[in-house]
Amino acid sequence: MQLQDKDRIFRNLYGFHDWRLAGARARGAWDGTKALIDNGPDWIIGEMKTSGLRGRGGAGFPTGLKWSFMPKNDPRPSYLVINGDESEPGSCKDREIMRNDPHLLIEGALLASSAMKAHTCFIYLRGEFIRERERLQAAVDEAYDAKLIGKNNIHGWDFDIVVHHGAGAYICGEETALIESIEGKKGMPRLKPPFPANVGLYGAPTTVNNVESIAVVPDILRRGGAWFASLGLPNNTGTKLFQISGHVNKPCVVEEEMGIPLRDLIDMHCGGVRGGWDNLLAVIPGGSSMPMIPAHQCNDLTMDFDALVKLKSGLGTAAIIVMDKSTDIIKAIARIAYFYKHESCGQCTPCREGTGWMWRVLERMRRGEAEKREIDLLFAVTKQVEGHTICALGDAAAWPVQGLIRNYRHVIEERIDARHEAVKEAAE
Amino acid sequence: MTKPIFIDGKLIEVEPGTTILQACEMAGAEIPRFCYHERLSIAGNCRMCLVEVEGIPKPIASCAMGVTDLPPNKDGAPRSVLTASPLVKAAREGVMEFLLINHPLDCPICDQGGECDLQDQAMAFGCGGSRFGENKRAVEEKYIGPLIKTFMNRCIHCTRCVRFMTEVAGVEELGAISRGEDMEITTYLDRGILSELSGNVNDLCPVGALTHRPWSYIARPWEMEKTESFDVMDALGSAIRVDSRGPSVMRVLPRNNDDVNEEWITDKTRYACDGLRTQRLDHPYVRDANGKLRPASWDEALAVVAGKLSNTAPERVGVIAGDLCSAEEMYALKDLADRIGIASIDCRQDGAKLDPSLGRASYLFNSTIAGVDQADAILLVGANPRVEAAVLNARILTRWRQGGLTVGVIGEPTQLTYGYEHLGVGPQTLGDILAGKHAFAEVLKNAQRPMVIVGSGVAARADGQALLAQAAKLAAASVAGKDVGDWNAFNVLHTAASRVAGLDLGLVPGKGGLDTAAMIAAANAGKLDVLYVLSADEIELPAKGKSFVIYQGHHGDRGAHRADVILPGAAYTEKSGTYVNTEGRAQLAVRCVFPPGDAKEDWAILRALSAKVGKTLPYDSLDALRREMYKAAPLLARLNTVAPAPLAGVEALAKKNGAVDAEAFASPIRDFYLTNPIARASAVMAEMSALKKTLEAPHRLKAAE
Repeated sequence: MQLQDKDRIFRNLYGFHDWRLAGARARGAWDGTKALIDNGPDWIIGEMKTSGLRGRGGAGFPTGLKWSFMPKNDPRPSYLVINGDESEPGSCKDREIMRNDPHLLIEGALLASSAMKAHTCFIYLRGEFIRERERLQAAVDEAYDAKLIGKNNIHGWDFDIVVHHGAGAYICGEETALIESIEGKKGMPRLKPPFPANVGLYGAPTTVNNVESIAVVPDILRRGGAWFASLGLPNNTGTKLFQISGHVNKPCVVEEEMGIPLRDLIDMHCGGVRGGWDNLLAVIPGGSSMPMIPAHQCNDLTMDFDALVKLKSGLGTAAIIVMDKSTDIIKAIARIAYFYKHESCGQCTPCREGTGWMWRVLERMRRGEAEKREIDLLFAVTKQVEGHTICALGDAAAWPVQGLIRNYRHVIEERIDARHEAVKEAAE
Repeated sequence: MTKPIFIDGKLIEVEPGTTILQACEMAGAEIPRFCYHERLSIAGNCRMCLVEVEGIPKPIASCAMGVTDLPPNKDGAPRSVLTASPLVKAAREGVMEFLLINHPLDCPICDQGGECDLQDQAMAFGCGGSRFGENKRAVEEKYIGPLIKTFMNRCIHCTRCVRFMTEVAGVEELGAISRGEDMEITTYLDRGILSELSGNVNDLCPVGALTHRPWSYIARPWEMEKTESFDVMDALGSAIRVDSRGPSVMRVLPRNNDDVNEEWITDKTRYACDGLRTQRLDHPYVRDANGKLRPASWDEALAVVAGKLSNTAPERVGVIAGDLCSAEEMYALKDLADRIGIASIDCRQDGAKLDPSLGRASYLFNSTIAGVDQADAILLVGANPRVEAAVLNARILTRWRQGGLTVGVIGEPTQLTYGYEHLGVGPQTLGDILAGKHAFAEVLKNAQRPMVIVGSGVAARADGQALLAQAAKLAAASVAGKDVGDWNAFNVLHTAASRVAGLDLGLVPGKGGLDTAAMIAAANAGKLDVLYVLSADEIELPAKGKSFVIYQGHHGDRGAHRADVILPGAAYTEKSGTYVNTEGRAQLAVRCVFPPGDAKEDWAILRALSAKVGKTLPYDSLDALRREMYKAAPLLARLNTVAPAPLAGVEALAKKNGAVDAEAFASPIRDFYLTNPIARASAVMAEMSALKKTLEAPHRLKAAE
């Protein structure tokens, strides 16, 4: 099973064609947009619900349902905020959209905003995305010039887009921290409730969506929610950008149907695992925050939200990090732990103190300078962090470590034993 | 509509807007917390208050979750909160362990020891030992002024201090830099904080990260005597607790009083207490023939004073009471003056044109301090509450932050910490508003709870009474025809703790008597022979040789320098005395320590003097004095309450007329830190005053250096 070209949404994913307005129009963008808007918000949200699209930012919350949470008849303005702070290690899909098909995003923003009665949309870009910002801003300018967006545009829905450039903090990808950051404050997640749909950007109702979630909206509306729902698996519908990195022969970003078997994905698009399928040690299926899945569970693993949750992992952003048997798995996880220690905002206690503790213990375990009882201690610490924090960064920091201990405890023990032996020999 | 909720199996009904933490407290369940504080915004970052809600897998931060925000149970039954379940216990132990892993084990040398939230909660909710084997974090100390000493290793990042400075003190000078475990609380470039309320962050800090620099390492909380009393540094009468050891006051802390100071006090209230130990008058003095003050016995000093009073015609004697006097000694002073027949008596050393005969409402803060919480328009006439009553200013800021409050200022355009419309600088603008020619008249007209606050600097002007009358007219007009109950919009913001009691007791010139300025002028002109000064230090006393000055007071300040006889009295921590605050609330300050040396309580000095003069006052004890005093001013007996003053006072005042000068309004307080003899004797206040001058000096000077 392979996604057919006729069902492909991102037709310029690799930048082989013109990213500008003319090229995007040739590929079908901005076609009949006014008619879609004229169908009304209820129709748009209905189609989105029919499509079964689940948010592409990681949590997989149904997009149509999220839009329907926006309060009706509220005197405050509504805002759409698009999360382009793609910072999850392994994740590199939004970048390709903004580079090569920015008009999909802009058109999607207009459609989504009209459904949520928002006249202003903020696109928050990660600090490192310099070229992406330039392209996106150029595309936005083109759209303004062509009267596709802006005041009194040809679609009859006054609409402004603000491209906001972040400063490169991972935590600003969390929706409420992102809102704080746009407001000019330090990127620290807010307490929920109240949720952004009630009190969001500048205290007004706000929906925060991932870039990919918004970029697929025009195609879903043009071709119908039922078309999208016909792709993939039940409850895991549609197409998805998969990003495969690590120990594969040809790392790539590719659009595929949801629920594609992992092995097909790697073999068909990435030229297989380095050294062959049997050389696979483990994969991290959804960006660095997801617990790893060892090779023996990968053989007939399908890439969708539900299947991965069953294995105590998750699809996340579908950023697949492949590790072959040459990987020092403890070092890999220690590096991830360092990342989360570095990116913790420092607001709440378990994450601020716990991420540093976990990283330090893992660093010692990497060198074998630890006691075996510390493995259980480390696991207990991850449990003390998980679920006790304001945002999900605490969970994201804890899960990879839990995945390591669940699956590779024996590797840690062997490392500790080896080190103890070496020290004993040196002492003799 | 209330909402039912089970707390540990106990069903209670709570109002909408109640958080789970508040509901738990109502049900009697104790919830540990660090970052949560009733009077600050909710941060929810310490994670100590986690509780379990049945049916929700993750523990919930109870401080931040409203009971009505909880998703309902599927069967519609009330949600059940567990505060002592294994999940909750494990979560608390986990958070406590995290807080302690980077917290130094320096409790034995920490000033917070004995009153440390972290210590207490670690005992109650912690798990005993630590499993953390790595190195602890080390954080550089920060310099944030002479009042706050930092030990940043101890910081648990609750951000109470940041929220207080932003939300209550109104100066955004504290903040957090860096992120994750490198997060640090600091000021901009290690600059000292300039706020009248900064000391409160030391109280708020749940650990020993911010401690009181002036009191560092001098006492332990458990070895101090704690006495609940009231403050006299401004006219608000903030509730304080005085901690003393032996004969000295070691520190002053705020007490909770929702009607006045909530739980904040100013830095002056808090840190001027070192001034109680220095520059004290502990012995009577008499000026000898060579013009030098020499120590004398009480008998000798009183005999000299009695001789002067007996041998001088009463109309050539003047009596002035100062700003820190309690009602008791002012009553005794007035009583004695009346018995001798002295008509020149005045408690208004600033020359305020306040006339108690018009009625109490003409000189009170009638809307009350708590009334600020309801105000929707405030007009400040020549008042700068930030320096005249900083705690009141914080209350206005809190109200302003909620929205729906318009503040207008006539006077100096200063930083008040909240946004205001600067309407003008002087009486011209007041007249315009009164005449309806100014846009702010419309604001007052539309307000449901307007307040007109007149500063004491306005009342003290030569045209004070005419200005007060205009303000009273404006206040009366702003509520006329509105259904606002007994809301009285006219407010006088006093700066002296003794002023209202003095006016209540009628310490104003009698028939043919002179007021303060006239007395001094008369003395300088040789028309007044004896001046009896009861701790009045804010006036220029007559020149040497012009009249005989008797000074009764507790500090060697301006009054004592000029005095011919000094009778050493007691400071506010050393006597039991009634003070009436600017809104007319009588409060009883309590004796915490004894006066130093031979100094005596002031009423007792006056009682002893009266015997020598042959006009013995008919009371031998403070209780007997109070019984008499309550007959003269019954409202002083109604402690801790505010009796609304009849509106007639404002109306009587509004009828007054007079010419008005065009000169701009000015606050009477030029230096917040040095407003009374105690503060002027304090080394800490002197340091703060110097810091303020340095920080506020124009930048151009620095560049030129």
